[in-house]
Amino acid sequence: MTNLVLFLVLAVVAVVTALGMLLSRNAVYAALFLVLNFATVAVFYILLEAPFIAMTQVTVYAGAIMVLFLFVIMLLGAERLPGTEPLPWQRPLAIFLALVLAVEAGYLLFARRAAGGMFASAAPDFGSPQAIGTMLFNRYLLPFEVTSVLLLVAMVGAIVLTKKEKGGRE
Amino acid sequence: MLLQYIAIAILIFLSTALAGLVIVLGELFGPRVKTNVKSMPYESGMTPIGPGTRRMPVRFYLIAMLFILFDIEIIFLLPWAVVFRKLGVFGLVEMLIFILILLVGYLYAWKKGALEWE
Amino acid sequence: MDSALILEWVIKSAILIFVLLTGFAYLTLFERRALARIQVRIGPNRAGPFGLLQPVADGLKLIFKEELTPAEADKVLFTLAPVVTVVPALILAAVIPWGRDVTLFGRQVSLSVADLNVGVLYIMAVSSIAVYGIVLAGWSSNNKYALLGGLRSSAQMISYELALGLAFVPAILLADSMRMVDIVEAQHPWWFVVIQPVGTAIFLIATLAEVNRAPFDMPEAEQELTAGYHTEYSGMKFALFFMAEYAKMIVISSIAATLFFGGYLGPGVDRYPWLGPLYLFIKIVILLFGMIWLRATFPRIRYDRLMAFGWKVLLPLALAVTFITALGIVLEMLWLIPVLSLAAGLFTVAMVHRALRRKAYARA
Repeated sequence: MTNLVLFLVLAVVAVVTALGMLLSRNAVYAALFLVLNFATVAVFYILLEAPFIAMTQVTVYAGAIMVLFLFVIMLLGAERLPGTEPLPWQRPLAIFLALVLAVEAGYLLFARRAAGGMFASAAPDFGSPQAIGTMLFNRYLLPFEVTSVLLLVAMVGAIVLTKKEKGGRE
Repeated sequence: MLLQYIAIAILIFLSTALAGLVIVLGELFGPRVKTNVKSMPYESGMTPIGPGTRRMPVRFYLIAMLFILFDIEIIFLLPWAVVFRKLGVFGLVEMLIFILILLVGYLYAWKKGALEWE
Repeated sequence: MDSALILEWVIKSAILIFVLLTGFAYLTLFERRALARIQVRIGPNRAGPFGLLQPVADGLKLIFKEELTPAEADKVLFTLAPVVTVVPALILAAVIPWGRDVTLFGRQVSLSVADLNVGVLYIMAVSSIAVYGIVLAGWSSNNKYALLGGLRSSAQMISYELALGLAFVPAILLADSMRMVDIVEAQHPWWFVVIQPVGTAIFLIATLAEVNRAPFDMPEAEQELTAGYHTEYSGMKFALFFMAEYAKMIVISSIAATLFFGGYLGPGVDRYPWLGPLYLFIKIVILLFGMIWLRATFPRIRYDRLMAFGWKVLLPLALAVTFITALGIVLEMLWLIPVLSLAAGLFTVAMVHRALRRKAYARA
């Protein structure tokens, strides 16, 4: 019961912060709303007894990725965006994808539920660092190693984009 | 286990309240005499030219980007360290492969001068 | 969940905040007195015996100071930034165990606010949030120096956070756990500073950069940045930044003491558990004195060198140290860890020395 109340309150906070992020005209405020949203999601993870994921969420999303966003916003001097949409096909595509997501979520929630429940009850300490380490480095070893290639590509990409060849201007 | 986080929530609440109290104290007791000169940005006595927020060098972006990547690496290292004794040599090898792939990127960054702050 | 438990948490949180606040106040006095002694001065000794009332006087003075807000500053964020800076500094200490469980009023009471199984990760998460206060303070001030100072400090903090995060790994490897209590108990009989001296050194250096202390005190590089991100702050808002810095010094010393210097362990702690907090306190004071001593000794390091040191020296060395620790554990030869890591540390020092020498010759 308390869990349900907590969930509802947090859900409202999450939706409101997401809306705030979308609606604020100032890019810095939008970024801060997104940070709050990430923090709320982290609390969700804690409620699901997955503290490791919660802390990772805060460290990586709020602590690293959003710092990058803020840097980029400051890089541009927080200029107002131009009124016209730079990518005209983006909006219909987003609406379409959102519909797909909603249908899929609805299918999972209603159709699968009738078939006997989708939520297998988790082991009591499935979210502990030990459990995650064991899973990650045995069963999910390949995805883990592929991640390193992904990180490598991202690193090279960032450098290529920002560094001009020697002698060129930055 | 979950209960422990309620304690942290209480601590966050109390420290935010304290910080708010400190700000209110300053607002209540501090004198306020506004003048044009006082509300100018402080630049050691010079009159500021142009806006206070302006474009910043792109290196900050690069540093933040590299930080994200290595931060994720560290996040992977932490659960690895917890179960390392169970994994043994196997664990050492798999983490070595992971790090070696990332080291390629690190060396590339070094060679390209991305770690340089000129 | 009963009300007594909630009361216990409230009391523990309040005690923690109170300890950090008084610690902050007297750390400023301690620092001023110690710095004065090192510079053959006396330091503040007028307010109260030995100047003990000096922090009170400073605090009262700050309350009655005028607070300035630059004309085109973003008022909301300008007020929010000091709060966002001070809260992580205060809640960071939540996972530090001050001793073994004790029995008080017929209840089993653990001497930490929260005993998390992801304790180390909690520290990483909270310290990564601390960047926001600085970025926001710099941005909202509408001041070029503040913005540049804020960006510089935050770039410095995230760079050294990597070395800091990597320095946690040897301690976790040796203790097999991320829970702070387990890490402390695993340091029976050998503190991790003995097994992993280089990891400890990396951690201590990275913490200095994390709290923006000398020789990494970029925000206070007054000849280039006036006062960095807190240029425009005055009165109690400035006091909050000040409080955050000193509270963070205390907390980060307590983390260092817990991870590498045996935490609350010490002779006789098995028989008298109340000695635990005392031992931890002594260790924290020694580490804090070390920070102050460093400030009195070293000049500020140039910003480009600071970034290069973090990325090109500390990061690879921390990685090497991590793998040396893992190797020692796999081979079950713990003595190999200090030997190899000291060798790696010495090699790094030699390489840095060579690089600096070469640069000096190239210039001459």
